[in-house]
Amino acid sequence: MTSITKPPVRHPSLPKNALGLTKREYEGAMSTLCAGCGHDSVTAALVQALWELDLPPHRAAKMSGIGCSSKTTAYFLRQSHGFNGVHGRMPSLATGANAANKDLAYIGISGDGDSLSIGLGQLCHAIRRNVNMLYVLENNGVYGLTKGQFSASADVGSKSKRGEANVQPPIDPVLLALSLGATFVARSFSGDKAQLVPILKAAMRHNGFALIDVISPCVSFNDHETSTKSYRYTRNHYHDIAPVDFVPLRREISAEIPDTSLVAVTMHDGSIVRFRKVDSEYDPRDRDAAYAYVRARQAKGEVVTGLLHIDENAADMHGVSGTVDTPLVELPYEELCPGSGALAELMEEYR
Amino acid sequence: MSAPVAPPSASLSPVPAASPTPRAPTDVSNPAYYHKVVDCQWACPAHTNVPEYIRLIAQGRYTESYLLNRESNVFPGILGRTCDRPCEPACRRGRVDGKPVAICRLKRVAADNRDDVRDLIPKAPREKNGKRVALIGAGPSSLTVANDLMPLGYEVVIFEKLAEPGGLMRINIPSFRLPASVLDEEVGYILDMGVDVRYNSPVTSMRALLAEQWDAVFVGSGAPTGKNLDIPGRKQAAANIHIGIEWLASAHFGHIEKIGQRVLIIGVGNTAMDCCRTSRRLGGTDVKVIARRSRKFFKASPWELEDAEEEGIEIVENHAPKTFILANGKLVGLELERLRWFEENGKQKSEVVDTVTIPCDDVILAIGQENAFPWIERDIGIEFDKNGMPVVDRKTMQSTHANVFFGGDAAWGPENIIWAVEHGHQAAISIHNHCENVSLDDRPAWGMNLVSSKMGMHAWSYSNDYSPQSRTKMQHAELTKRFAGLGVEVELGFTAEQTATEVQRCLNCDVQTNFSASLCIECDACIDVCPVNCLTITPDYSNDFDLRAHLSAPATNLTQDIYASAPLPQTKHIMVKDEDVCLHCGLCAERCPTAAWDMSQFELLIPYAGRQSRGHLVGAR
Repeated sequence: MTSITKPPVRHPSLPKNALGLTKREYEGAMSTLCAGCGHDSVTAALVQALWELDLPPHRAAKMSGIGCSSKTTAYFLRQSHGFNGVHGRMPSLATGANAANKDLAYIGISGDGDSLSIGLGQLCHAIRRNVNMLYVLENNGVYGLTKGQFSASADVGSKSKRGEANVQPPIDPVLLALSLGATFVARSFSGDKAQLVPILKAAMRHNGFALIDVISPCVSFNDHETSTKSYRYTRNHYHDIAPVDFVPLRREISAEIPDTSLVAVTMHDGSIVRFRKVDSEYDPRDRDAAYAYVRARQAKGEVVTGLLHIDENAADMHGVSGTVDTPLVELPYEELCPGSGALAELMEEYR
Repeated sequence: MSAPVAPPSASLSPVPAASPTPRAPTDVSNPAYYHKVVDCQWACPAHTNVPEYIRLIAQGRYTESYLLNRESNVFPGILGRTCDRPCEPACRRGRVDGKPVAICRLKRVAADNRDDVRDLIPKAPREKNGKRVALIGAGPSSLTVANDLMPLGYEVVIFEKLAEPGGLMRINIPSFRLPASVLDEEVGYILDMGVDVRYNSPVTSMRALLAEQWDAVFVGSGAPTGKNLDIPGRKQAAANIHIGIEWLASAHFGHIEKIGQRVLIIGVGNTAMDCCRTSRRLGGTDVKVIARRSRKFFKASPWELEDAEEEGIEIVENHAPKTFILANGKLVGLELERLRWFEENGKQKSEVVDTVTIPCDDVILAIGQENAFPWIERDIGIEFDKNGMPVVDRKTMQSTHANVFFGGDAAWGPENIIWAVEHGHQAAISIHNHCENVSLDDRPAWGMNLVSSKMGMHAWSYSNDYSPQSRTKMQHAELTKRFAGLGVEVELGFTAEQTATEVQRCLNCDVQTNFSASLCIECDACIDVCPVNCLTITPDYSNDFDLRAHLSAPATNLTQDIYASAPLPQTKHIMVKDEDVCLHCGLCAERCPTAAWDMSQFELLIPYAGRQSRGHLVGAR
């Protein structure tokens, strides 16, 4: 919360993107979250990523449910579409919107409560359907809006502000998504934009469901010494296994340095994600290995971050359903709804 | 400086190794650092605390605002109308929305609306300290010396060649810009402390003066000689060719009351502006100002040019006078060479395009002023350089004669009133040291106060919201009214509404973004919320050049400092702030969860002779 809104003035040397827009044009309303909230950093990273991608703001749709995290869709892209829905039901909204108009860029913002408690089933089915969208899960381990109770992602042994330890095992969204067949799974940290921004860009370009679990500390209820989701704890246990660089299609790669530690994955639209393998064993294209790796590191108390798994060959919801290329919203009404005669004909086939 | 090619998120670009010798964090306890952030105050020769006096105006505390002004610039009412305003081109607001805050005109608001301040300004003690100081000339620099020394018990005598005090402020600045009543009142504050002014007493021999055993002598006699233009016809047409500053003085004294209808002014400085506008009031209907070069090289302040043009005066660019043309022994025109300027080897050169003649009845020369010291003997220990200028120490104002000090235009040639005031302050410090047998180099140091402006949750002791208003335009007297007489003041001053609007444009640059590295948890909140991308958390770079290129927005304005913090607790990165276009809106501090950022009001404590400036911050000491 701030006492004033952001003055409408910008730095004279603030660069413009291919659309002639500065980052300021990708911002939204003033945040009313607590000062220092990780979610505001995620918002800033989104602003940076979308600006770098030259995304036309009016071609995006922001979807959210309920929670501190879900408020943040108001804080970026003030000139885009959006729907703030029922608690935990954002995946359904996004699925429906995407079914109707697959040409918009879908940005879903959720939290550990919205996604892992009340909306867990919704999340699972959006993953299963491979809805083409960015799904940012702002994960702080507590219910901030209701004064800091443990959420479903709180680690065993992590202590609340009052000193009580959590005893129930957490749901890890990354392991969950890997096991459900998610085609883009990443983990990052709100305090590391150098890592988060390229992952966001790659996720926006991924043709399918892109889950990013972002550790986003709650400064009011979960940034104390005994928390495992604080700024300090995350920084101390942070392990970036595969630093990524997103190379958009339009940027020409002139002098490709032969580097055996680099793995390049070509995205659906021709852009490229490059990984630097910190650990030579690690291959983000191998789902089972990724699962095992994350589990093993977790057992050592590390927070594994980076783009953990990517599968560029899977079809998204429209591909699986075999819908027409034209977004349904643009089809003439007669084609979309051919009338009772056509329905009768269809029904005849099943007799 | 080139902008960085890759956006900051390209994480595969090599992260710089920690620099071999860690950068020393910016030392904000040195008063100079935060002083420089206050661009207006830094640019002001007398270091007037502009943001604070503007806030006092905003609160309707005109008298306090006036007194704060007076402490540093001595003549707020006069300078609020006539200052050269070095503060305004420096004003950060100019870099933000193109037009600086109308600082000078707000100063006038404080002066115009103040209550009687006579009981609130320093007085001379009845008990004198036994030291006698002679000041030559009753202009702004001498008056400042008197202002600073009288309260310390000095016996001050001013020798003035004219019958009135004020120097150039009286005789060279026309009364339609500076009413005599304003001048009389502010000069009176100083003289009424008991200064012994000897009017009509030009000093004709420095040797004789020094023989009178003064403890110190201050030369504040100005640059009283207007430059001549020796081209054919000058002698023959002398009756209608006038030297600018002499002519302005004659107009002031009423020795001349008329000028021809067609007047040419040669030169395009501020004196030329006063000459052309005075001509318009003495009968000139077709007044032209002749400039050798194009507009961007003009010496006159842009606002004075605008005011002249508003009065129908034509500025003729790129013309050089060649010959005065006479008919029947009387001036009828001026032949000029039309010039074309071009650059050659990095130097501006000109060539003559053709020759034109402009008919005229009178010509006024306003091509500069010179110092002249025929009354200072050259064998009494006061050294002069080859240009006939006294050798004066830049810091102490002392000449090569230990007892003799110079200031104002007399020291290094024509400057402006606010520089003369600062010379006066420095000379007063030197004279005081000299009389107390303290080394002149042992000058009192600048001090500072720094006090948090936090009043509560998101509440500050200053108005931190940004006002998008554009600069308020000064209302002028109607043209028909203003030519009625020389004394009709043109600028009407700001109305209450205009004042209320203009004060909100000030960015409060003295309320500093004060950072405590040890409190930072590197949540990035301040960086994300900063509207002008001033802030960056970054690994250190070994040099400022690389660091400037790798900020949230490249810091390309090298005249503005960048702040670098001590290493931050968690990552050992550093917090960097580009001061250039910081709006001092306080959003960084409002978003900071640990109060690592605070909006702290900075106050420069300026030393004067025998004391330090009072300091106005409540709770500072």
